[in-house]
Amino acid sequence: MNYSEKVMDHFSNPRNVGEIENPSAVGEVGNAVCGDIMKIYLKIEDGIITDVKFKTFGCGAAIATSSMATELIKGKSVDEALALTNKAVIEALDGLPPAKIHCSVLAEEAVKAAISDYYKKNGIDKEVPTAGASCDGDCSACNGH
Amino acid sequence: MPPLIYADNAATTNVRPEVLEEMLPYFGPEYGNPSSLYSIGRKASLAIADARERIARTLGAKPNEIYFTSCGSESDNWAIKGAAHANASKGKHIITTVYEHHAVLHTMDSLKKEGFEITYLKVDSEGLISPEEFEAAIRPDTILAAVMYANNEIGTILPIKEFAAIAKAHKVLFFTDAVQAVGNIPVNVSELGVDMLSLSGHKIHAPKGIGALYVRTGVRLGTLIDGGGQERGRRGGTENVAYIRGLAKALELAVAELDDMPRVAALRDRLAREIVKIPYSRINGSMTHRLPGNLNVSFEFIEGESLILLLDMAGICASTGSACSTASLEPSHVLLSIGLPAEKAHGSLRLTLSHGNTEQDVDTILEKLPPIVQRLRDMSPLYEEIAHKKS
Repeated sequence: MNYSEKVMDHFSNPRNVGEIENPSAVGEVGNAVCGDIMKIYLKIEDGIITDVKFKTFGCGAAIATSSMATELIKGKSVDEALALTNKAVIEALDGLPPAKIHCSVLAEEAVKAAISDYYKKNGIDKEVPTAGASCDGDCSACNGH
Repeated sequence: MPPLIYADNAATTNVRPEVLEEMLPYFGPEYGNPSSLYSIGRKASLAIADARERIARTLGAKPNEIYFTSCGSESDNWAIKGAAHANASKGKHIITTVYEHHAVLHTMDSLKKEGFEITYLKVDSEGLISPEEFEAAIRPDTILAAVMYANNEIGTILPIKEFAAIAKAHKVLFFTDAVQAVGNIPVNVSELGVDMLSLSGHKIHAPKGIGALYVRTGVRLGTLIDGGGQERGRRGGTENVAYIRGLAKALELAVAELDDMPRVAALRDRLAREIVKIPYSRINGSMTHRLPGNLNVSFEFIEGESLILLLDMAGICASTGSACSTASLEPSHVLLSIGLPAEKAHGSLRLTLSHGNTEQDVDTILEKLPPIVQRLRDMSPLYEEIAHKKS
């Protein structure tokens, strides 16, 4: 399993690890049987993600994609965070091994689950798009750049 | 970089200097083809005969019962497929275990497609199978049993001598994959009474790319490679003279140094005693019927690949049964076979010690491991509840 230097950097020095007290929203995806769980905490003020933290149970790629996803949405508007794709996470990490692409999908799902929680808590009647929508099942599309 | 602590000897081992020295002439002046008639060819042929004899002696076999192969997997494939095909007229039932190496399990998959019927013996929570359970699986149409001597992940040693005697009484051929046993515990084919036994060079400080298969005289086994008559016509292809020399030397050294194994077992026991002091950890597999250097533990709330990567950064080489360390989605079939739930199998760590390991290695592992486990737990959402209860 060969990881890029970026993946190893985000794995060994993950950004935004932890919990937020009284978060605006929380999203948790994955399960222990499959070997990865991601939990993302958001602090949202005036539609802007002012703080984000994560906790992840999983492999090196799961931790690195969580770290990168939180970096990519920090300081962004909720709408911008909703537009985050797994492909963008992969590109920001300079690629992932094919067997680890699902970790990037999980990171996108975790962000979307947290935003869905935010909508629910605030009575916002909006649909959260399905995660992994940019995934057409062609693994080389994400990995081959 | 800190000095490397190699605690993954069940994966592979370094080539010992004495082994390399034994091999070097055959990359240089002694390059003759063993089948050639002139002097350097004859010398190569004698070098192989000498190696075969030395290997046979260490294993309690006759020289013409030893066949050289390219690896343990090849030996496993040949023994099982060769015996199944050569004996198919007598029956099509084969017995094996659920926690064999994939070289055996996937070979069984191939035979199943050809119409053979396979019984997979289950193991108990310690990884053990009793002789009674083995005997109960034998049917009138059983032609072959393939049971590993020692498990590669949890180090469990099975009662192969008893199994072989039972198989013999029922006229069933008995093959054992001894890849993990050789060099760690005494292995003597005459005492064990097995019909076939496989071993691999790179687990005992010979290079990767050489293995051997013991086939007792009189056992019917199909030809593996049709060719120029090498290996008594059963496995063609010009012999890998240098590697065959290396295997003989490595095996002799391994057997001569078996008396170092109690020291290795004591190192392993100290690791085990200290590691289980980490909360929410457990040892996987029997501690009594176990290879001396093997330790397999699970840590709850964390995943094995992350653990291996962080240990690597601390200069420690180890392995895991987590799915995330391989291309498959399932965690280790061995850990699942002893009843471990998938989430605990994901958090497993295998440390396998050998002659090269020292008390200092154990000190370093015990110093580095607990904070790494804690670091991953602090990052894990599964550990949150536990952490909150504590605070």
